[in-house]
Amino acid sequence: MTPRRKRLLAVVAILAGVGAATALAMLAFQDNLLYFYNPSQVLAGDAPGGRTFRIGGMVTEGSLQRTEGTLQVRFVVTDYQHSIPVRYEGLLPDLFREGQGVIAHGKMTASGEFAADEVLAKHDENYMPPEVAESLHTPTPARVSE
Amino acid sequence: MIPELGHFALILALLLSVAQAVFNLGGAARGNMAWMAAGRSAVVGQFVFVALAFGSLAWAFIQRDFSVVYVATNSHSQLPLFYRIAAVWGAHEGSLLLWSLCLAGWTLAVAACSGSLEAPFRSRVLGFLGLISIGFQLFMLTTSNPFKRLMPAASEGLDLNPLLQDFALAVHPPILYLGYVGFSVAFAFACATLLEGRLDAAWARWTRPWTLAAWLFLTIGIALGSWWAYYELGWGGWWFWDPVENASFMPWLAGTALIHSLAVTEKRGLFKSWTLLLAVSAFSLSLLGTFLVRSGVLISVHAFATDPKRGIFILAFLTIVIGGALLLYAWRAPRLKSAAGFEVTARESFLLFNNAFLVAALGLILLGTLYPLFMDALELGKISVGPPYFELVFLVPMLPLLALLGVGMHAAWKRGLLGSARNRLYAAAGLGIGGALLIGGAAYGDLRPMTTLGFALALWVMLSALAIPLARIRARQPLPAAVLGMVVAHFGIGLATLGITGVQSFKVEKDFALAVGEAAQIAGYDFRFAAIRDVQGPNFIGVEADIVVTREGSPVTVLHPQKRLYNSGGNPMTEAGIEVGAARDLFAALGDELGQGRWSLRLQYKPLIRYIWLGAILVAFGGLIAALDRRYRVPAQARAGETVPATQ
Repeated sequence: MTPRRKRLLAVVAILAGVGAATALAMLAFQDNLLYFYNPSQVLAGDAPGGRTFRIGGMVTEGSLQRTEGTLQVRFVVTDYQHSIPVRYEGLLPDLFREGQGVIAHGKMTASGEFAADEVLAKHDENYMPPEVAESLHTPTPARVSE
Repeated sequence: MIPELGHFALILALLLSVAQAVFNLGGAARGNMAWMAAGRSAVVGQFVFVALAFGSLAWAFIQRDFSVVYVATNSHSQLPLFYRIAAVWGAHEGSLLLWSLCLAGWTLAVAACSGSLEAPFRSRVLGFLGLISIGFQLFMLTTSNPFKRLMPAASEGLDLNPLLQDFALAVHPPILYLGYVGFSVAFAFACATLLEGRLDAAWARWTRPWTLAAWLFLTIGIALGSWWAYYELGWGGWWFWDPVENASFMPWLAGTALIHSLAVTEKRGLFKSWTLLLAVSAFSLSLLGTFLVRSGVLISVHAFATDPKRGIFILAFLTIVIGGALLLYAWRAPRLKSAAGFEVTARESFLLFNNAFLVAALGLILLGTLYPLFMDALELGKISVGPPYFELVFLVPMLPLLALLGVGMHAAWKRGLLGSARNRLYAAAGLGIGGALLIGGAAYGDLRPMTTLGFALALWVMLSALAIPLARIRARQPLPAAVLGMVVAHFGIGLATLGITGVQSFKVEKDFALAVGEAAQIAGYDFRFAAIRDVQGPNFIGVEADIVVTREGSPVTVLHPQKRLYNSGGNPMTEAGIEVGAARDLFAALGDELGQGRWSLRLQYKPLIRYIWLGAILVAFGGLIAALDRRYRVPAQARAGETVPATQ
């Protein structure tokens, strides 16, 4: 093989590799990008119906209800403009508290309730989740372009 | 008084860093031996003063000096001594100081052990390390001074985040940083080489043990972080693909590619400019990782922008270091020619594939980690990239990598696979597939394709690693430390793969609501909630449950998960109860009181999970063995005339 052909082969191999990696990234991105909405955006219809997404806000004081003796909990997430009831079954994280920020992962149900399959309070006690903090400072629901 | 001394020491350290950079780089450029000697002395001085500054901050923590802002925000009068010391690097300012101390330590080590290098080259290396040091110390002094006073002094500290009050997390940052910062040595070597425009086998041989040392610290650091997340966060996961974790994993991937590429550069004089690019990348990713974790940019792109002083400094520093190194690379790298051919089945080919797959995985993880930040910064919506993305883009390059790894270890340099090696590999492949079917079928009664593939690859890598020392002993050939280290590290990779396959395929995680006396069953184990009682620790109170575990009526263990409330206030913390076993871990975390005497409990069955960390320890241990090879300690000049052997 001449050096010229060798170099050509190397370039083709690199391009093929980068192409394969890009294709893989696109494929993997397709189903695994999670969007975040606050209750106002959800009620304005910005959130995709039938798909999982993340909802965030503050847990309304006094809204936490347990079905006695079971893992079922209900609470309300608010951005102080609008509120959405959330239901969840499982262990709540250590940092979950009424009046504090929370992020839930799940889907909207037909009854207008958010069915969470995961509840995160992934922040330390000094600050609330950034998405929550920001959405609280936005008086009108911010449009999220996709 | 002591904090002011620390502050002063830090200023002196910065001045000495400047001296270290100027005298070393200037002396090397002008060929002035006196300047170069002065530059070496500056290295010692810089280390002494950074150590003094670090000691002063530690002293303030030990003495509970709440008149220092950083101490008051990260310590508490009841905090035990061990954690008061660990609190030094518990937050932003102190971790920068620790970073700077690690850098000064590595620089001192380079200055002490580089007698065999030519004086100008050695000075350039020390000079580049000095430049990095200037950046960090300037950053600390202008934006993140750990010695800032609080007037009037606080009567009580805010306490160290209870999550960080743990042995693994106390030692995790120093070890991780030794790894991160250790790549600065390879980086400085690469920059000095580019500046001089020549690269020979002696250079690569010199860089290898340093890179291995940094890489093994990083390996241990990452494993510690994973282990901590498993038992402390209460979720029982061992890797979350969190940006913070990715930040340490990306330099590891680059470093892994680098140590393999260095082998080719040393033995065969190939991949020269690629090796230099990897050396630059590994350290650049370390810097990026440090700042991603420490700057607050992950918490919020906008919070980061609201403190523009820190943000702008960080961006400028990253741009100068990474951009400068890449410019130097673009300017000088074309001078470095690699001219030699090799067979398709030669070891060079396999190492080329190793690098291609590692870099592909690295690039895709980098994309997934930074993408949400870009989207957010450009106001294009708030998104997060879920773990399934990372699992997919990591798995796809890793499968062929593991398959080729087993062959690559047996391939000779230049000439490719030899006859006896082929027979060994057929045996390893046969045994690997047979063993995988046996484990999947007999132990778990499950032969899903991906699970079986995972077990087969794990066994294949372990067996083909073991075949090397066996063949060498039978042929009465020597087994140098470098080869033994490679075998141990690759065996560790295989073992970790076994653990990952096992736990990802067969783990069981379930939440229950149980009253005292009730029981739940997962994976054939009965977990009976036997009792709950109050407990008291040195700086917390809490409740502890007794979970009696039985299997088919015979007792297995009693787990004691706790829920703790620290005296300094804040939210309750979960301490999981874990029974460690060779075949599986049993895991119980205690949740909230649910009413009607019931408590929420998360019960987990984690098969083979220990092998993930055991594998990581072996990987690091293999790196240690290889780094201590006598070959690296023979002065470079003594070997200058030696020819490159065809096999190791």
